[in-house]
Amino acid sequence: MESVELIYKAVYILVIFGITLLIATYSTYAERKVAAFIQDRVGPNRAGPFGLMQPLADAGKMFFKEEFIPAKSNRMLFIIGPGIAMIVACMSSAVIPFGDMLIIGGREIYLQAIEVNIGMLYIFGVVSLGVYGLMIGGWASNNKFSLLGAIRAASQNISYELAMGMSIIAILMMTGSLSLREIAEQQAGFNWNIWYQPLGFIIFLTCSFAETNRTPFDLPECETELIGGYHTEYSSMKLGLYLFAEYINIFVASAVMATLYFGAYNFPFMENLREAFSDPVVGNNVVTLIGVAVMFAKIFFFIFFFMWVRWTLPRFRYDQLMKLGWQILIPLAILNILLTGGGILLFD
Amino acid sequence: MTESLFYFLASLTLLCALMVVISRNPVHSVLFLIITFFTISGHYILLNAQFLAAVNIIVYAGAIMVLFLFVIMFLNMNKDSESRVKTSTLSKFAGTIAGGLLFVIMVAAVKDTTIAGYNADTFTSQTGMVETLGAVLFTQYLLPFELASVLFLVAMVGAVMLGKKEAGEQHF
Repeated sequence: MESVELIYKAVYILVIFGITLLIATYSTYAERKVAAFIQDRVGPNRAGPFGLMQPLADAGKMFFKEEFIPAKSNRMLFIIGPGIAMIVACMSSAVIPFGDMLIIGGREIYLQAIEVNIGMLYIFGVVSLGVYGLMIGGWASNNKFSLLGAIRAASQNISYELAMGMSIIAILMMTGSLSLREIAEQQAGFNWNIWYQPLGFIIFLTCSFAETNRTPFDLPECETELIGGYHTEYSSMKLGLYLFAEYINIFVASAVMATLYFGAYNFPFMENLREAFSDPVVGNNVVTLIGVAVMFAKIFFFIFFFMWVRWTLPRFRYDQLMKLGWQILIPLAILNILLTGGGILLFD
Repeated sequence: MTESLFYFLASLTLLCALMVVISRNPVHSVLFLIITFFTISGHYILLNAQFLAAVNIIVYAGAIMVLFLFVIMFLNMNKDSESRVKTSTLSKFAGTIAGGLLFVIMVAAVKDTTIAGYNADTFTSQTGMVETLGAVLFTQYLLPFELASVLFLVAMVGAVMLGKKEAGEQHF
């Protein structure tokens, strides 16, 4: 690989990393503002204009809290737990195409960190590893509530991964590719997958709520039963890392949903806009930049949706959660695969 | 570059696999086994088999090992219960001799084998790609593939049958 290409990739990965952290930081602020709006309150408004410095104040507070490690815990695993949660959360945004390509100085620059032809499997693999951070942390705390939270996290993730994988299979049958860039390119203009896969999208959305441990599926940290669930014993920035990893996971889940079902960086009439410019290079770059903005608008909408649901729906009971996963979502996902197969046979 | 990467990965694999057996704490054993699966996925990537690498992580590290960890956490095995199992001197001797014999047999077996290298003329780097793999699975090896899926279905039905509630039994 050329050195220019290498430097570009390194810079791009750093930028995506920074954007991920920034969005996760401000998700904490947005969550409190959305909660305040839904509950008819004001929300954080003291630190800076509109309370915009609130995430920094929160992080500062986290850093200065006492670092506490329980006496009979497994010290090493107790420290590794939040680290795994954070690293795994940051890994998954690598294959997401945040935009099409820019042409700068005759060089084609793709706005995607790594293009592999198994992008979807990569995301799926990384997501399935996320539960280790919770399990290891919960077990190493040597606390019954933490252990119960960890066990809930494990069984919940395994149950919902199945339905999630099956809903993705329907998408893969339609697109015939595992590469996220190719899936994005096939949805050019307004030809988004959501029009063909509404049932698959609902299954995927429900499963991503369960995989990110968000209400109504936040049983691993259910405070009315388990105090704090898997992070009962955690304090200081270790707790901060767990909470932060959750917001990064929400960002990645939103980006994946936008890419798979809502046309990624594509928007209606993009071809007309591209042809409106006399210079094809300028047209391409303008369309790509608008595409990046569109992609992030879609991501922000999904992040808002996660919060909206959190402050609207009550939490499931544990047996209801398992019943929903195994007896409703998985049969629905299989039905969706059959319907998709029938549709492909009939119309293609 | 690739060669040194291979030796690094291979030694890491062997080290972690050894640690699985040596670790006193069963949770540590499981974690080392997970690292072993990662290093094996690294080997697959070196062989340009991306699909196998990803599936290896999803299936083994992501699902099966989570279940392992789940069960071990429930059993609550720790150092105390481990050290209660006493190994007598006799069983240590027997173990050493049996292991040594196995080693000799392995040496004898490896001595006469010729390791088939790859033929540069017929070698295709695309063998491990998902398209090629799918084409081969659904044409040349269609029958074994379908039979394996039936086998999995039977195993799944069996697991559901075993886990089914007996008549009158109440869990909640």
